[in-house]
Amino acid sequence: MSSAQQKMFHEGKVAPLDINNVDTDQIIPKQFLTSVSREGFGEALFFDWRYLDDEKPNPDFVLNEDRYQGATVLLTRENFGCGSSREHAPWALQQYGFNVIIASSFADIFFNNCINNQMLPIRLTEAQIESLFQQATGSDPVDVTVDLQGQKLTMADVTVEFDIDSSIKQRLLSGQDFIGVSEAYIEQIVAFEQSEGRDKAWR
Amino acid sequence: MAKTLYQKIWEAHHITQINEQTALLYIDRHLVHEVTSPQAFAGLRDKNRIVRRADKTFATMDHNVSTKSRTMAAASPVAQKQLNALSTNCEEFGVTLFDLNHPNQGVVHVMGPELGITLPGHTIVCGDSHTSTHGAFGALAFGIGTSEVEHVLATQTLQQKMSKTLRIEINGEVHSQITSKDIALAIIGVTGTAGGTGYVAEFCGTAIRALSMEARMTLCNMSIELGAKAGIIAPDEKTFEYIKGREFAPKGDDFAAAKQHWQTFFSDDDAEFDLTVKLDAADIKPQVTWGTSPEQVLSIDDAVPDPEQEPNLIKADAIRKAIAYMGLSVGQKITDIKVDTVFIGSCTNSRIEDLRSAAAQIGGRKITEGMRALVVPGSVRVREQAIEEGLDIIFKDAGFEWREPGCSMCLAMNDDRLAPKERCASTSNRNFEGRQGKESRTHLVSPAMAALAAIHGHFFDIRKEH
Repeated sequence: MSSAQQKMFHEGKVAPLDINNVDTDQIIPKQFLTSVSREGFGEALFFDWRYLDDEKPNPDFVLNEDRYQGATVLLTRENFGCGSSREHAPWALQQYGFNVIIASSFADIFFNNCINNQMLPIRLTEAQIESLFQQATGSDPVDVTVDLQGQKLTMADVTVEFDIDSSIKQRLLSGQDFIGVSEAYIEQIVAFEQSEGRDKAWR
Repeated sequence: MAKTLYQKIWEAHHITQINEQTALLYIDRHLVHEVTSPQAFAGLRDKNRIVRRADKTFATMDHNVSTKSRTMAAASPVAQKQLNALSTNCEEFGVTLFDLNHPNQGVVHVMGPELGITLPGHTIVCGDSHTSTHGAFGALAFGIGTSEVEHVLATQTLQQKMSKTLRIEINGEVHSQITSKDIALAIIGVTGTAGGTGYVAEFCGTAIRALSMEARMTLCNMSIELGAKAGIIAPDEKTFEYIKGREFAPKGDDFAAAKQHWQTFFSDDDAEFDLTVKLDAADIKPQVTWGTSPEQVLSIDDAVPDPEQEPNLIKADAIRKAIAYMGLSVGQKITDIKVDTVFIGSCTNSRIEDLRSAAAQIGGRKITEGMRALVVPGSVRVREQAIEEGLDIIFKDAGFEWREPGCSMCLAMNDDRLAPKERCASTSNRNFEGRQGKESRTHLVSPAMAALAAIHGHFFDIRKEH
């Protein structure tokens, strides 16, 4: 399969994180932001929830349960990724193994950061999220199939369609370098800078 | 057709449409700091790209600097590596840097406005969510991730989709002791932390017009805490007076021309907004957050809520968890909550007016015995101004520690942090779990309310103080 085809479909195990307003300070605490690299954040994901004081895994945290090991899809609630703009948050989620995040809403900056890292954030209604939680929190782990091209996902008995901006969808499918796309408009950018009134230093 | 302020700024920066939904927007100012930029500069290097408009890019050191000493050696070894990386990157790519030895150094959102880098009608971005602060000048200012930092460095543009518009109208007069921090928290109490998601919020009404520039910055700073992409206030004479004479602001004839341009940035009377929220200024009381989200906020005369009274089960669960995390009990009065530490600082509340307002509460008194209280000015300039006014002496005589500028205990990336279960009255912007240190307990308040908590040892109704 080409990389674009790989991105059209995703199949993997779902981990449910049944909390509203998960902020990026929880996703990756500040002590891990001192890195100058884009790598090495997976171990620190949800650090304060995931580990006890002696840095042993916290048995009460959902991602530490045996049945959710190897999960690649995170199911959560409202306003996921709120707070700090740190892109370390999607880096940590991705490096842990999550490629798809399903929530009833996302904070704006976090949503954009996901797209910039080829991760798929899927927004569903609260009722849909509720029904997925019912599927995903049984004693056995469940897999989900996500079809980006067809804009639908299937989890056990439930299939739901999801909305996504066509431009974002196109971007995820093509895997384009965003900067390269903008650079192609360099003539317009320069013309804009030289247009009347924009030549002043204070502009 | 009638337009909103946001639409006017958008159109003034619209280069072209990339597809039906996405525009290429020009960025006027890019502010950079040490934490969210190293990977962006590395990306440029990898692809042999340059910083396209270094003249529109300004960097400072703030997030992880020591506030005890101006030396690099006072920062932790990992922080030093990041600070050194910023120095190297700025030198290599020709970006102006206000480092620890520079008189312009400060918290990025204090530094930009006070130097006149932030101007009305601008588009301003920074790899920091509190970039919304600069909206106080009638600029479209918002936080971005590191990939976008790299994008702006390389192109001086961003690919953007137009947001919806939210009008937050506050009319009437606030009580004399109510600050814009209280207004901001009261708004979030109404909208919730996701109420502004997908919107650019414009603040308007007589109570907003009455605010000083510093107070407007505090309000716009907190607009990210209601989830808004940006917060914005139309510029007026106060704005122009504030800008006049600042280091990077236009001078002489240029200022006159600029002012004429800036005066075009306002929402037309009949402009339509997607959503309007109205508050009566007279109803706003001193605000204190009790929980682990800025929306978990109450007036000073309230008590910790009962989760059993919350009909939404997920919210009830969040209340239960927050009460446990914060070590509070249902029905506990806010004024009965004892405080261990007081932090006055951050991009929300570390400007000269904030320090004046806090110092004015002291009245020759001392902080409570055993209390730790920090004042961390937002910039070298704020610090010097405060010293000139004798505020440092007032704070020190009362028992406060008088520190060097930086982000400090707002996010506790340096060594200014709370111990587990330590309780703080903080003038910062987020009371998230662990924000000020693992298991830290944060209550967000105004600088005046923070100073009073330091004096009394617990939260105190400022209206009863005067």
